[in-house]
Amino acid sequence: MEKLEKEKTWKEDRHDGPPRGWDKNKEKKEGKHGRRDHHHKHGLSGEIPGADPGTILSVRDLWVEYTSGTQLIKAVNGVSFDIKRGESLGLVGESGCGKSTIAKALLKILPEISSRIRGEMWYEGVEMAAASEEQMLKIRGEEISMIFQDPMTALNPVKRVIDQVSAVVRLHNPGMPKTKAERISIDMLKEVGIGEERVRDYPHQFSGGMQQRVEVAIGLSCKPKLLLADEPTTALDVTIQAQVLDMMRTLMHEKNTALLLITHNLGIVAEMCDYVAVLYGGEIVEYGSKREVFKDPRHPYTIGLFGAIPDMHGQGERLQPIEGVMPEPSDLPDGCKFHTRCPYATDECKSGTMPVVDLGGTHRCQCCRLDEVKAIREKEGKA
Amino acid sequence: MSTLIELQELERYFKTPKGQLHAVDKISMKFEQGTTMGVVGESGCGKSTLARTIIHLQEPTGGKMFFEGEDMTHPNKAMIKRLRNHMQIIFQDPYMTLNPRYTVEDTLKEPLVLSGKYTKGESLNKEIRRLMDMIGISGRLRMSYPHELSGGRRQRVGIGRALAMDPKFIACDEPVASLDVSIQAQIINLLQDLQKDFGLTYMFVTHDMSVVRFISHDISVMYLGQLVETSPSQELFERPLHPYSKALLSAIPTTDIDKPRERIRLKGELMSPINPKPGCRFLPRCEYATEACQQPQKLEELLPGHFVACCRARQLNNLS
Repeated sequence: MEKLEKEKTWKEDRHDGPPRGWDKNKEKKEGKHGRRDHHHKHGLSGEIPGADPGTILSVRDLWVEYTSGTQLIKAVNGVSFDIKRGESLGLVGESGCGKSTIAKALLKILPEISSRIRGEMWYEGVEMAAASEEQMLKIRGEEISMIFQDPMTALNPVKRVIDQVSAVVRLHNPGMPKTKAERISIDMLKEVGIGEERVRDYPHQFSGGMQQRVEVAIGLSCKPKLLLADEPTTALDVTIQAQVLDMMRTLMHEKNTALLLITHNLGIVAEMCDYVAVLYGGEIVEYGSKREVFKDPRHPYTIGLFGAIPDMHGQGERLQPIEGVMPEPSDLPDGCKFHTRCPYATDECKSGTMPVVDLGGTHRCQCCRLDEVKAIREKEGKA
Repeated sequence: MSTLIELQELERYFKTPKGQLHAVDKISMKFEQGTTMGVVGESGCGKSTLARTIIHLQEPTGGKMFFEGEDMTHPNKAMIKRLRNHMQIIFQDPYMTLNPRYTVEDTLKEPLVLSGKYTKGESLNKEIRRLMDMIGISGRLRMSYPHELSGGRRQRVGIGRALAMDPKFIACDEPVASLDVSIQAQIINLLQDLQKDFGLTYMFVTHDMSVVRFISHDISVMYLGQLVETSPSQELFERPLHPYSKALLSAIPTTDIDKPRERIRLKGELMSPINPKPGCRFLPRCEYATEACQQPQKLEELLPGHFVACCRARQLNNLS
């Protein structure tokens, strides 16, 4: 019962369907994202600067819910961000924070029956949340493509890898002869380090790293303008991981491709990304340039993440894990989603909407006790 | 410090239709009491097979193994039972290795009963409670099934099961690979606390370099079934001597945004571990390879405690 009421309130204070006061002429007058300000501000919504023609993707106040049995799972709760051409954004968070859901929502490949997407996703003047399936078919693969986490489930086990790559090539180049598509596919596979003698093998004949490379080849085969990479290297060895990251970097340089990189590995973010968004409980709790977030993490969750990775510690030091576990997305707490695990939480954090604090530059943080946290940490000699 | 386990040219080969697969090939190693030996390498290099061979989940096909000086290469049934009391394993995926129909209590009880030390209700109960305290699982979860637990808690139960036997040696096979960063830190801390409290000896198999550097006293680098370098942890990260170790370490993404690592790019593919040629296994991918590399490589102590199996290491690193 309580759940239903909660849902109602956020439903009421935002609007459904076509945005209010929206007409096409306005887009011309104000640029694509001129009307950001009309939006209700959830999370970091509408407050991230940088809406200009260089922006390739603009997500505004995105909410995604699933129903599972009688449960309502709130996977993404009012997320907003921009990605510019040729730039990369890292989405960081632990499992269950909604990072994969965001990528799937962007391509609209979530199960239609059990999921609901609200909010706006602007890609090159197209609002994808309202776009038809035909429009999406054009966008998927050709404009925006995705590399999935688990290659064994993403590849078709009964098709030779070359057929899987060339299927994508031919889909987006109607009328292309089969031989030409195969030629392109072979070149693509070669580029990811799979020799011509192996292209007619089936996925199970490859090692995990090789399978992942096939997936990368499929993802890159149409030279997308925006690449969504969902933990593209998690199953891979470091040396292969380095190769895959290099390939993505090359694509970004050559084609000015933008990258949305979903990972829990802060090292990869440090190497690959220009901007970082830290997700917790389906909200962006901290956003900023790589330097801003890595050099001066401010949200207690971000601070906790950095404290938990061995990379930042000398030998013999003790790691500072974040106590407790992530709340279930079906049962998120009121107030700040992190307050159940936050060492600095007070009653203030347990209800209401957390303010988004501008920290200068592009750095933003969703926390009501930023100054207090900083003061406490300085006192303890940690900051 | 005394040596708990010693391996001498340990071999574990598998017969395949195409020939002999050299999963573990002539590995000599020492595990000192109360320390952690990290074993790193890429997937397929035989590090998990090595762990399984040491605790006798697989029988070695050659070489020798000693436990506290006693030959344990081919133990009889009674000896295996005794060894299992001393040597346990923690697996990567706790969900796959916990019995889905066993509650936390059942999982912890089984080894206790089997050990024969705790048969009476009261002492058994007390021991289970002690174990649960030790691994940080609260009492209310005692009757929970694995699917009701989060990944971190499942791994804690896996650790508890290994500890039930009061072992001296635990082989940890990628124990934190499937966990989130914050949970991973909890498990690493738990393992370190247990080591401090009980003087446990760990073999820590992983492909995560930052974790291994953090937890290990010594690190061994494996490549295609062979040991290519072994050294104190700090020293290996500061001064890797083998060309493969150098490439491996340079590939780790670093969170230090001011000092990006100079990366060594490896070309070529792994050699097949089936009937490999006698020379250095890294040869096809090594940029420093010469004629001499086609001979079998011996592990040599180039710096104190720092062993390398590369005939060119001395010259490449300007060591006399």
